[in-house]
Parts: sequence; C-alpha cells; structure tokens
Amino acid sequence: MTEGLADTLRWQCLEKMLLIRRFEETVVKLAGDGHFRGHYHLYIGQEGTGVPAITALAAKDHLATTHRNHGHILARGADPGAGLAEILGRATGLNGGRGGTIHLCEPTLGFLSTSGVVGGCISLAVGGGYACAQRRDGSVTMALFGDGALEEGVSFEALNIASLWHLPVIFLCENNSAGAMGMAKGGYPTLVHASTDLLLIPKSLGISSVRVDGVDVAAVHAAATQAIARCRSGQGPVFIEAMTPRWAGSNPLWPELATGITDLRMATGESGTDGPHKQWYENFDPVLRLARELAKGGAESVRRISALDEAARKRIADAADFALASPLPAPETALNHVFAQETPA
Amino acid sequence: MSETRQSYAAALVDALHDGLRTDPRVSIIGGYVLGLGPQRTLTDRLKQDFPDRVFDPPTSEAGNAAVGVGAAMAGMRPFVDLGTGSFSYLAWSQITNEAAVAHYMTNGRLSAPVTFHLLHGVRGGGAAQHSQSPHAMLWNAPGLEIAAPSTAADVYGLIRTALASPNPTLVVSHAKLLGIETAVPERKSPIPFGRADIKRRGRDATVVATSLMVHYCLAAAEALSKEGIEVEVVDPRTLVPLDEKTILDSVSRTGRLVVVDECPLRGGIASEIAATVAERGFRYLKAPIVRVTRPDVPVPYSLPLENFITPDPEKIAAAVRCVLTAT
Repeated sequence: MTEGLADTLRWQCLEKMLLIRRFEETVVKLAGDGHFRGHYHLYIGQEGTGVPAITALAAKDHLATTHRNHGHILARGADPGAGLAEILGRATGLNGGRGGTIHLCEPTLGFLSTSGVVGGCISLAVGGGYACAQRRDGSVTMALFGDGALEEGVSFEALNIASLWHLPVIFLCENNSAGAMGMAKGGYPTLVHASTDLLLIPKSLGISSVRVDGVDVAAVHAAATQAIARCRSGQGPVFIEAMTPRWAGSNPLWPELATGITDLRMATGESGTDGPHKQWYENFDPVLRLARELAKGGAESVRRISALDEAARKRIADAADFALASPLPAPETALNHVFAQETPA
Repeated sequence: MSETRQSYAAALVDALHDGLRTDPRVSIIGGYVLGLGPQRTLTDRLKQDFPDRVFDPPTSEAGNAAVGVGAAMAGMRPFVDLGTGSFSYLAWSQITNEAAVAHYMTNGRLSAPVTFHLLHGVRGGGAAQHSQSPHAMLWNAPGLEIAAPSTAADVYGLIRTALASPNPTLVVSHAKLLGIETAVPERKSPIPFGRADIKRRGRDATVVATSLMVHYCLAAAEALSKEGIEVEVVDPRTLVPLDEKTILDSVSRTGRLVVVDECPLRGGIASEIAATVAERGFRYLKAPIVRVTRPDVPVPYSLPLENFITPDPEKIAAAVRCVLTAT
C-alpha cells in the first residue's frame, strides 16, 4: 500500500514539475524575444524540492516565497496563464501587472505577499505562523527561501521568535549553492556565510532541523510531512535544508537555457546524455531523475510520461498565448490600490 | 458639573483593551507600550485580561515588525509596539518595503492591516538616538496611514480606528504626552482618519500642529490672546490621510499660517503642510508661511542645547507675531 501511495504521489509531482519546467523554459524564450524587461530568477533544478513540500501542505495553510517564486506558485496550483501575464506586466496577471516576476502572488492559495527582499520571506512567514497559532486551527506556514536569506539579520530574529513562541512554521531552505560556480567568471553569487553547516543556525535556537537531498522527491515529501505534523501538533517550528545543486543556466540576472529544452527521452533511454552537462542530466536534474525512476515501470509508464509532458507543453503554450494576447494595464490605474477600501487623500 | 479628565497613557491603554475585547483578531506584540516611565504599569491589565494575546517579544524590532506584517497578511490585526521612535529604523524594510506596498503590489488582493506604535520626540535628555520622530520620513512611504494624536480622546479614538483599518497604520505618541491629562467624553469612541480637529478658534492666524506640539501651540495661543491676538489651532490628527480642507478653510479665514513640528525642517511635516497650502491656498495668504521646527541637527543631550533646538510656546508665539507683521 505504501508503494501505491508513493507511486501516486510521484506521478502527481512529475506532472507539476513538468508544468514548472515548461513554464520556466517559456519565460526564457519570452525574455529572449523581448516581451519583458528586467532581471528574473528561475526555479529550474529545484522542482524536486518545492513540489513535494508544497504538495504536503493543506488548503488552510499559508506560504511565503521569494524572488524565485514561479515554481512555488505553480506547485500550489496558481494559473500559469495569469503567472506568465504577470511576468509580461499585463492587466490579467496575478498582480495585475504591479508585481512582475519577482512578486508573483496568489493570496487565495494562502500566499503572503511575495517579498523580493532577501530574508523578507522568512520573517513574514513567522508572522504567518503567529496568525496560525492565534487562530488555533492547526494551520501552519511554510517559508521557502534560498541559503542567501540566512545572511540577513532579520532571519536570525525571525527564527528566534518562531522558536521562543513555538510557532507552526516550516523553514524550507533550498540550498542552491551546492555545485555553484561561485563568483568566478562573473558567476551568480553563492553563499557568503561564515558557517559551513547552515543547520547550526536553527539548531542553536533549539529548532528541530534536518537536511535532505533536494532532488529526491520522496525524501523531501517525507521530511515536509513530518515537519508539518510536528507543527500542527504545537511542537514548534522545523527547519529543513534541502540540497538543490545549482543549475548551470542560473546566470546572474539573465538566465540562459544552458542545458537546453528538457528532453524527457534522456529519462526513458531514447536519447543519450553525453556532453558537458552529463552529470546534470544523469544525477541532478530533478525532472529527469523522477521521470527516470517512473520510466522503470515499463512501456506504459514511458507513454504516461510522454503524455504528461505533452499536456504540460500544451498548457504552457496556451498560457503564453493568453499572456501575449492580454492587454497592458491602463496607465491611470497606477494610482489605484495604494490603500484598501476607502482611499485616503 | 465636573469634567472627566484622563491621561494620554490611560486612554491609550483603554483603546487597546477595548480593541482586544471587541475583535479576536487583535493582539499586542510589545511589552513596554508606554515605555519605561511611571505609566508603564497601566498596561498590566492588558496582560491580565488577555494573557494569550499580549506578547513580550525579544529585542528584535525588524523581527517583531515582520511578525506583525505577516500575521496581518494572514488575516490578523496585530498591534506592534516598536518602542522608542528611532528603533523603527531597524524595522524600516518591514514597514516601508513590506507592509506599505503589499496591497498595491498584489493589485489590491492582499492587505497588511498591522498597527505600528512608537514613542517619538524630544523627551528630555534622550540625546540623538532616543529623541527622534520618524513619521516625517514615513510620510514618504505611500501605503502607510499615519496618526499623531495629541489628547486622551484622540489617542483612544485613533487607535481604535487604526486597529479596525484595512491598511497598515503607524500611530506615534510623543513621550512627553503620556502623562498629560485632557478632557474625555463619557463614552470615548473611534475617530475617523482624515478629520482634523480645531483645538482653538481664532481669527488672526492659523497654527497647524500635531502630537505634543498642539499643546505648545495652545499655550502660545493663550499667551498671545493676552496681547489681543487670536490664534486658530488646527490639529490634523492624521497625516495620512491629511485633512487639507480644514487647514485650507482655516487659512482662508485668517490669511496667515504658521506650521509647527518637532521633526527637522527639510523634507519635514511642516514643509509638506506649508507646500500644500502654498500650492492650493496661495490666494488666501496675506503673508509668507512660517515654519517652526527643529533645525536640521541631531538632538543633543544637555538641556540648554536640547531646549535651543526644540520648538516651544515662546518660539511659536514669536513666529505668530512675525507672520502677523509680515506682508
């Protein structure tokens, strides 16, 4: 039975991970074609963490995410069309064109405001946990953030408060510094922290802490499920460090599809993995890794993988069409929504 | 008939108690809402009556503010006390870059109805780091409502409104206001934001001030009255929203304006109000507007130095005489 459950879960995760992967690949294309300006951050390579962790949450729970939010928003079920429209600054976007790629937010799915300030998400999530504790309804808040957030002072304050007040907060650190190129060749900055073991930080505050392989969907799901149960039972916060090896396309500010458009035939054995990114394709790409595991089920599984990918591609193509056909906001609406309800002078 | 009077501090605690009593979403993050002075024990009954909703947080202004903002985004109505006004700088990102922008950035789909409170102002020996009034700077952060009450009735009414507001709100209390007693109605009630109160009527000049400066203006007006000069004291009570109409109407009657504030001159509250009147009420003015503020220097410790830079009734009276003789 356990096998069956895990199997269902794995297929569910693959579906969402494919949706995210095709979404992000489309974002790169839209940027390359000049459909939006400004820098952006992709979730490629971290799908194996966010998807199972968010799947483990309940509808009543809250989430807080960061500048690298696309995957989290989609994993929770946000509309990819409204997501792409937001990235293109369209009126139909999740934030009506006021947020952009860095601030995608879907409040109806429990997201708190998506902060682009590093560390902001950790501290807001503690507020979310405070609200959950005040309501006493067994709900929890999950913060999803990168390792860099632990360089910010407010993160320490927030972890301390969460521990002091036993707040139901799951701190999910997606450590994507592993295997990063560091600052070399103008590469994307990686962790600049005196601690070589980030778990020592929450541990020093008495927070239950665990490290998992962020590419292993089952391991992340198990850790998240356990953490959520602990939070719901009032035992205080949990810190999970998920190791998510850095994707080669994660350039500073403007990513590039260094590993190409993801080819699922690499997972089914229909295509080779040779070349400079062989390691990535064979071990670290969470989408290929999960698809490869599922493909072991035989021809039927391979067909199912192919069908899921087909559906994901179609959904994202439709989403892109929707976004591109959507109107830009009327300029004068820039003055709206400064205040809720009665607008003060 | 004896008039009921109450201290600013006692009325503030009444507002919090009534807020906690009437709305289960309200909670208090802050162990020393009234500072460490003689009024501090007035808050004891909040903790006694609502032990699960009044928190003594760690010394973590950014963290505490963020907890309030995040909780507000998740549907609660927290009141976060930031302590001494200048400590709010540690929470600047949470106030200006999270709370104030959340509603706008989500196209109105999410709001952050947190109330921040702090003790501001030149308090006597506070020196540069314990005497500040950050609300002028925060007026430059769109999305934040700002109240600066001056009396017991006003602090009660404005805090009740802040706790009920769908927006993030800052309520500033001058440290020297806490012990000042003023008349209160038999039943105190919420006061809508954006409605100025004319604290004294007068025909000769309009003086606009908030917070402690209202009391200094009233003292100046009393002294000037003996010289035959009748000053109208307008207390906007909230800076955001600002009741421009009451200010402009008053200036249209008196033709002369003095704006008083304890914040530094440049980019300050007095400057903003003066600019508004110059822009929209120039035709009413019979003389140039005069601003009475702290000069652009940090607040010094020693009393003669502190007094030299701080607005007081004598300086306000002198400014009124000046605006009456100028043409």
